Amino acid sequence: MYDVLIIGAGVIGCAVARKLSHYQGKIAVLERAEDVADGASKANSGIVHAGFDAKPGTRKAYYNVKGAKMYAQVAKELGVPYNPVGALVLAFSEEDRATIEKLYEQGIKNGVDGLEIIERDEILKLEPNTNPDVVCALNVKTSAVVSPYEMTLALSYHAAQNGVEFIFDAPVESVRYENENWHVKTPKGEFEARAIVNCAGVGSGEIHNMISDKPLNIIPRRGEYYLLDHTVKCPFSRTMFQCPSKMGKGVLVSPTAHGNALLGPSAEEVEDAYNTDTTRYGLDFVFDKCRLTWPKVNTRPVITTFAGVRAHPDTDDFLIGEVSGAPEGAFEAAGIESPGLSAAPAIGEELGEMVAEHLKLPDTRMFKKAVPLLKPFAGMTSEERAEACKQDPEYGRIVCRCEVVTEAEIRDAIRRPVGARSIDGVKRRTRAGMGRCQGGFCSPRVLEILVEELKCDPTDVTKSGGASNLLVGTLSDIAKEARGHE
Amino acid sequence: MNNPILVDVLVIGAGPAGLAAAIAAKKAGVDNMIILEREDQPGGILRQCIHNGFGLHRFKEELTGPEYAQRDIDTAREMNLDIRTGVTVLSVSEDKVVTAVSRENGLQQFKAKAIVLAMGCRERPRGALAIPGARCAGIYSAGTAQKFVNLEGYMPGRKVVILGSGDIGLIMARRMTLQGAKVLACVELMPYSSGLNRNIVQCLQDYDIPLYLSHTVIDIHGKDRLTGVTVAKVDENRKPIPGTEMEFDCDTLLLSVGLIPENELSAGAGVELSPITSGAVVSDTLETSVPGVFACGNVLHVHDLVDHVSNESFRAGEMAARYAKGERRTGREIVVKDGAGVRGVVPQKLLMTEEKTTVDLMFRPDRVYRDHYLTVYADGKAISSVKKMILTPGEMVVQPLNEKLLTACENAKEISVSITAEKAQI
Repeated sequence: MYDVLIIGAGVIGCAVARKLSHYQGKIAVLERAEDVADGASKANSGIVHAGFDAKPGTRKAYYNVKGAKMYAQVAKELGVPYNPVGALVLAFSEEDRATIEKLYEQGIKNGVDGLEIIERDEILKLEPNTNPDVVCALNVKTSAVVSPYEMTLALSYHAAQNGVEFIFDAPVESVRYENENWHVKTPKGEFEARAIVNCAGVGSGEIHNMISDKPLNIIPRRGEYYLLDHTVKCPFSRTMFQCPSKMGKGVLVSPTAHGNALLGPSAEEVEDAYNTDTTRYGLDFVFDKCRLTWPKVNTRPVITTFAGVRAHPDTDDFLIGEVSGAPEGAFEAAGIESPGLSAAPAIGEELGEMVAEHLKLPDTRMFKKAVPLLKPFAGMTSEERAEACKQDPEYGRIVCRCEVVTEAEIRDAIRRPVGARSIDGVKRRTRAGMGRCQGGFCSPRVLEILVEELKCDPTDVTKSGGASNLLVGTLSDIAKEARGHE
Repeated sequence: MNNPILVDVLVIGAGPAGLAAAIAAKKAGVDNMIILEREDQPGGILRQCIHNGFGLHRFKEELTGPEYAQRDIDTAREMNLDIRTGVTVLSVSEDKVVTAVSRENGLQQFKAKAIVLAMGCRERPRGALAIPGARCAGIYSAGTAQKFVNLEGYMPGRKVVILGSGDIGLIMARRMTLQGAKVLACVELMPYSSGLNRNIVQCLQDYDIPLYLSHTVIDIHGKDRLTGVTVAKVDENRKPIPGTEMEFDCDTLLLSVGLIPENELSAGAGVELSPITSGAVVSDTLETSVPGVFACGNVLHVHDLVDHVSNESFRAGEMAARYAKGERRTGREIVVKDGAGVRGVVPQKLLMTEEKTTVDLMFRPDRVYRDHYLTVYADGKAISSVKKMILTPGEMVVQPLNEKLLTACENAKEISVSITAEKAQI
């Protein structure tokens, strides 16, 4: 019997879990995938939006502005890569200028600090690679970038350090309310709790409709991206937006929190909420649109392309709080599309508090500060490297050459609470495989380390859980099988 | 950190290039030399190339990759060369201080009189091609698959499509077939293969594996694991032609779409790199733009045959030894340029000295040529023109500049090599 079951281990679910771990109670997070941040939380623009974009008075506006103001502190506490790079929203016509002025006013109403409208010459001075056809821009000094999956991971680590349980590979099959408790059925078993919190991202509509008699429609909206190698300097030091449209904030070019250039996203409604395939037309769309911001757009240094599916609610605003049309003890943060990452700390804070108050969970004094993450070897000085090798000789073994990731860091990523269980899990926690060769050199070694640490067979190791096994059998297994066919 | 370890010659990499360079440097009289290798054993990529066909030029016999490597490893052992394995070099500075890390010794620094860069190359990944589709398991670069099969003893899949007709992809087509997998197709974007002709015959034709030239993979299907790929024909601009799509049900896609010299360390040392070869710009002594830093093997330019790598590296090692012993060559510099049909001539410059030993100019043709002439020009005047039956991008062309040709360009400012339809007047 749990006090709270949180459904979904994305950035919202993990933020709620972290907040709830301040209280005494038995809390678990159920996640359909094999790791945290498997959905939109790992595949988005990684922008902490200042909050000028959402309509005043909406929950989007409120949580965005509040969340963005909390970010620097939260990122520092958790040791997450965060960089207040600022942003420009570019106008290329007088019509665009009107939009910029509207965004400016909206931003002021929403309580965003540090907004100003700047003209062409100043834009080109600040960002010389900008299309010289630019007319004016909204200069957003409080915009920032964050590593979204590392944010989610860090929230989950901290929640786990404070007693929250994470149950993976547990997609919710059904939810029912019985004897004043919630019963959640998954392939990992049935779980019972006094309260549930729906943080299921693109699946939040489906979960909502299991709980409530007031239907919610979540429209999966896919966005595709190009990621460029960080050895090639990002052409812009800020996030460069174009004027927003009905489908979202448009295509941006931005440095990531790790200094790569990120191009995207496209915006396309898709049937399958879990269809993260990239497409020729989607990538071409991004490339073409980027040219407006960056006329010399160059995807030669591209190291990967990816796509994420955002949860666009038909209500057009976040649903946060008690689920309407449901028995008591049901809470949700549903339809969290952009600016969900920006809003996450604020949603976590307030929704967590609501749930705790509802259940009257005692405010524990035992809450532990986040255990600092290992400093990446790649970011160490020579002295720090020498010292790290003395403390743990595994630092002397470089596994990923492109990103300079050591065996010590990979073993730590597997051993820590909410540890990695797959090649991609290791990648998101350590950057091994994120560089130019995209795991060509290091994946066999990472696989070996996973086998040693998880005490499993090499054929059990997956790229990203499920049936994404890397190896199909030993040489003799497959040879025998082939002979059997003949 | 302790004071740097002083050495005369430091070799980075103990693959075929590093081993040959070290052997040559030792023969040239250098005793204080260290070879750093990141893997646990010397031999480099040859360790996983268990097929034969290595050493035909150098040893006049067909060896497997490990056998070829072992010959140099044995020689190195007999010479008592100091090969340190499990050591990864983190940086090389312009004043030839090398920082490396290992499990045994932690962070270490070396200061060398001369350095030989022999780090090899890596494979181009899927990301670099931006092939759209699913990002599922089952997509490997051919070399990674080769490592799983030949070194780890595991099969990465049962039904395979290979994109690109580079040599490793061709070799893996045969290897996986022999091991019980079904290789459905080898798909090549260009109208010609980028691999050796002998590999097309021995690895595809002998096993009835179709080679689709002017085709590419345009979509990748699968959720967790690959379930298929869509292949289409491309036009002369390499754009897919609608209506030519073919579906292949497969669980594995191997990529053999090019190799890239691994020059992050070289760039960090300030070595000038060529945008064409992605390797260092070198003189005929294989010295880079940083004095005393030499480069050879696949880190300099991607070779077709290891025999060529060894040859080149012997020269780099010898020259590094002579540099370490204080020899400084002086002379007039001649620029070597790519002429028509030629890509990436190495070396890019010659130093005209008293010594007139043959210099090999090496390059790749930009496409397939039949019955054309290899013509060398000195300041625009042809000094040699030799007929070649076939020139293909898959095979490195070696044009020796012997004493006679070197003398002919003694007063020239610039040498260039071209592929010409007609024999040039000498």
